[in-house]
Amino acid sequence: MKIHKYDTVIVGAGGAGMRAAIESTKRSRTAVLTKLYPTRSHTGAAQGGMAAALANVEEDNWEWHTFDTIKGGDYLVDQDAAEILAKEAIDSVLDLEKMGLPFNRTPDGTIDQRRFGGHSRNHGEAPVRRSCYAADRTGHMILQTLYQNCVKEGVEFYNEFYVLDLLLTEVDGVRKTAGVVAYELATGEIHIFRAKAVVFASGGSGKFFKVSSNAHTLTGDGQAAAYRRGLPLEDMEFFQFHPTGIWKMGILLTEGARGEGGILRNRDGERFMEKYAPVMKDLASRDVVSRAIYTEIRENRGCGADRDHVYLDLTHLPPEQLDAKLPDITEFARTYLGIEPYTDPIPIQPTAHYAMGGIPTNVQGEVLSDTSTPVPGLYAAGEVACVSVHGANRLGTNSLLDINVFGRRAGIAAAEYSATAEFVDLPEDPTRFVEDEVENLRDATGDERVFEIRKALQETMDKNVMVFRTEQTLKEAVEVIGELRKRFKSISVQDKGRRFNTDLLEALELGNLLDLAEVTAVSALARKESRGGHYREDFPTRDDVNFMRHTLAYREVGDDGAESIRLDYKPVVQTRYQPMERKY
Amino acid sequence: MSTPVMDKEERAAKAAADHLITATFRIRRFNPEISAEASWEDFRIEIDPKERVLDALHKIKWEVDGTLTFRRSCAHGICGSDAMRINGRNRLACKTLIKDLSPSKPISVEAIKGLTVLKDLIVDMDPFFQAYRDVMPFLVTSGNEPTRERHQTAEDRERFDDTTKCILCAACTSSCPVFWNDGQYFGPAAIVNAHRFIFDSRDEAAEQRLEILNDKDGVWRCRTTFNCTDACPRGIEVTKAIQEVKRALITRRF
Ligand SMILES: Cc1cc2nc3c(=O)[nH]c(=O)nc-3n(C[C@H](O)[C@H](O)[C@H](O)COP(=O)(O)OP(=O)(O)OC[C@H]3O[C@@H](n4cnc5c(N)ncnc54)[C@H](O)[C@@H]3O)c2cc1C
Ligand code: FES
Repeated sequence: MKIHKYDTVIVGAGGAGMRAAIESTKRSRTAVLTKLYPTRSHTGAAQGGMAAALANVEEDNWEWHTFDTIKGGDYLVDQDAAEILAKEAIDSVLDLEKMGLPFNRTPDGTIDQRRFGGHSRNHGEAPVRRSCYAADRTGHMILQTLYQNCVKEGVEFYNEFYVLDLLLTEVDGVRKTAGVVAYELATGEIHIFRAKAVVFASGGSGKFFKVSSNAHTLTGDGQAAAYRRGLPLEDMEFFQFHPTGIWKMGILLTEGARGEGGILRNRDGERFMEKYAPVMKDLASRDVVSRAIYTEIRENRGCGADRDHVYLDLTHLPPEQLDAKLPDITEFARTYLGIEPYTDPIPIQPTAHYAMGGIPTNVQGEVLSDTSTPVPGLYAAGEVACVSVHGANRLGTNSLLDINVFGRRAGIAAAEYSATAEFVDLPEDPTRFVEDEVENLRDATGDERVFEIRKALQETMDKNVMVFRTEQTLKEAVEVIGELRKRFKSISVQDKGRRFNTDLLEALELGNLLDLAEVTAVSALARKESRGGHYREDFPTRDDVNFMRHTLAYREVGDDGAESIRLDYKPVVQTRYQPMERKY
Repeated sequence: MSTPVMDKEERAAKAAADHLITATFRIRRFNPEISAEASWEDFRIEIDPKERVLDALHKIKWEVDGTLTFRRSCAHGICGSDAMRINGRNRLACKTLIKDLSPSKPISVEAIKGLTVLKDLIVDMDPFFQAYRDVMPFLVTSGNEPTRERHQTAEDRERFDDTTKCILCAACTSSCPVFWNDGQYFGPAAIVNAHRFIFDSRDEAAEQRLEILNDKDGVWRCRTTFNCTDACPRGIEVTKAIQEVKRALITRRF
C-alpha cells in the first residue's frame, strides 16, 4: 500500500475532470486519478455541440437559453443553477476557443452555430441556432483541447487508477473529506490519496441498460462510492433515452442530424413527429421524440421484419452537407450497418444515454449530505453530479456545457478550499473496505459469473425501466435486481493475478451498477407521475402538487446488516419561471 | 449458472437462425506473472459475423477465459483504446467486423508492435504519450487575449482539419518500420499532432515545433512507407501530413 498527499484530488479525466484540473492545478497541488487514459474518456464520443447564446448567426440571448433549459427539464430544474449555466455558457465557449478548440466557422470567421432539440428563440417561438460545434465531433475536440491544455499546465495524472472508495472522517461531529482509495490497474496495488479536497468527475452509469450509447466503462463508480458512504443520490429515476441510437447496437447518431434537416419516418414513410410536436417536429425534446418512436412501434408502424425500429432519413440532404457536417455518424452507418446514408434511411431506436440524476451539489459544486448541508472538501461535477440543471430531461448540447461550466466552478472552489483548509486525519483502517472487496473476489470460488448477472440486469432495465414504465414493470425490476444482488454475492473471477486484472475490475463495476440500478428503479416506483424522461403509463400526467420536488435516495444499513433504500425529497428552486404545460 | 442444456442439433438450428458462424481466434497471450514467454492460443466461438472483433474478444473473456486482457471503452472507434494487430494489420477491434476478415480461416489477434507488451493485448503507452507531449501539442499565442473568439476563416480552419481527427490510438506509430527499429523516433502520431498546430492560423509556435521535429529523431526519419496512412482508423492522411511538415521545414512557410 502507498500513501500520497495532495491538496486537491480529482477523480476522472473526462471533460468535467480536466476542466476542473486546469483551474485547480493553477491554484493548488493537484492530482487527477483516472481509470482510463484521459483521452479515452467518453466526453470524446459527444457529437452534436455545446450550447451558448453567442448570437453569432441569429438573435439569441442567455435568458431564452435559461427558459429552454427549465422547460426542457419539465420544471424540475433548479432555476438559479440554470441561469448560471446559460449565462456562463458564453464565456465557457469562448474560453475553449482561446484554448485552441477548432470550432466550425461562419463566413465571417466567428464560431458557427446550428439548431438542436428544444433550443428556441423567444420562449418556444421557433428553433434557434445555439449549438457551437466542430463537425459531429465536438466532444472529441473538447476532450483533446482540454487534454492539450492539461499538458500545457503540467497537470499531474495517475492513469489507470480506479477509485474504489471515498474517505470521510468525523471531526467534531462533522464528516469531512480525507481522501480516496484507488486500485492501480497495472500492479494491483492499493493506494491512499490523502487530500483536503476531492472532486468527483467520474461520469455516468449508462451501462446498466443494454441498448446504450455509453462506453463499457461508464459504470457509475463515483455515484456508488458516495452512496455507500451514506451520501444521497438525487433524481436517479430520471434517465434520458436518446431517440436515435443505431438499431440494436445503441451507438448514437447525433440530434445534429435532425438539426441539419434529417427526418424520422415510420414504415409508411410518414414524418410521424408532425403528429406529436407540430412546431418543433423532429427537434422536440428527447423524451417526447423517444416516446413518439415507441408509440409508433407499439401501434405497429415500426420498420423491418419485427417492426421494432424506425428510420432516420438523411437521403434528401446533399452529400456535401453530410460530408461536411456529419462525417462521423454517416461513417458509423457504413461501418456497422453497411448502409449508405446518401441513398438509404438508417434504422434507429431509442438508446439509454444520459443520467440526469447523480450526486447532489450546489452551484459551487459542493456535495450535499442532505437537502442543503455541504460536506466540507467534497465536490462533484459533470454527469456524476446533479446540480440540478437538467431536471427531468436534459436538452441536447447542455451537458458539454455543464461539464465546462461546473467543472470549472468545482475546480476553483476545491482549490480555494484546500488553500486554507487543513488535512483531516484518515479514518480508522482506511483501506479495509477496498482490500476486503478485492481479496474476497480473488479468493471467491462461487459459481456465478459477472457477464451473466450483468446481462440479466441490462435486460430487466431495458424491459422494465426504459421509456415506458408502470408500477408493475418497476416492481418487477426491483425484484429482479434484488435477486441479482443475492447472486452477486457468489460470483467469482477467473483471473486471480495482480497485473492488469480487468476481470476483477469488471466485477467491482458490476457491483456499482447493481446498486445504482436499484436506486433508479426504487426512485422511479415512488414517483407516481410523468415528467420529462420519467414516464409512468399508470400516471401519465405531471403532478406538480405532489411531485414538484427532487428525490434523494440514501442507503441505510440496519442493525442486522440488512441494506435498504430510504427516500427523501427536497424542493425545486424556482426563481422567475412558473411551471407550464410542456408543448413543442 | 442457468444455461439451459441444448443438444447439438438444437444448437446448430439456433445458430443458423441467429446467423451464427464458428470462428477461430488465434490470440497472442502473454502474462509475465505466469510465464516469461508469449504464446498463441486458439479460441473457437460461435458468433454473428456482423459483430465486431471487440465483441468476439468480449465473448471469449466473459464466457470462456476471464484472464484474456485488453483495453477498450467506447466500442465505436472514438476513444482509441483498442488498437491491435488483427490478421497482421493494425486496426481498432471495435471498428473491424468479423465478416470482413475471411472468418473461415483463423483470425489472428496480437498486441501492436514497437511498444512493450505488458499483458496479452495491453502495451505500455507511456513512450507514445511522451512523444506526443514533446511536440508542444497545444495552442501558443502571445499578446492580449481578445474579448470574444479569435477569428479564423473557414479555409484556414479547413487547412488542419484532417489532423484534428486523431484519437491517439497508436495504430499509425506502431505500424511504422522506423519506429519498430528505433523507439526514439517521434513516430507518425506525434507528427500528426504537431501538424495540427503548425498549420492552425491562430498558433504562433510553429517555428519551435519545427525545430523539435528537425531533430535527429524527427520527421527526416520517415521513409514514406504509407503504413501509417493505411493503419489510421480515422482515415487521416498521415503520410501527407508528415510530408507537409517536411516541406514546411524546408520552406519555413506554413
Ligand atoms: C455518444 C454520446 C454523445 C453525446 N453528445 C453530446 C452532445 O453533443 N452535447 C452534449 O452536451 N452532450 C453530449 N453527450 C453527453 C456528454 O458527452 C456527457 O454527459 C459528458 O461528456 C460527460 O462528461 P464527464 O466529464 O462527466 O464524464 P466522462 O467524459 O465520461 O469522464 C469520466 C471520467 O471518469 C473516469 N472514471 C470513471 N470511473 C472512475 C473511477 N472509479 N476511478 C477513476 N476514474 C474514473 C474515467 O476514466 C473518465 O476519465 C453525449 C454523450 C454520449 C454518450
Ligand atoms: S473501444 Fe474505443 S476506439 Fe475501440
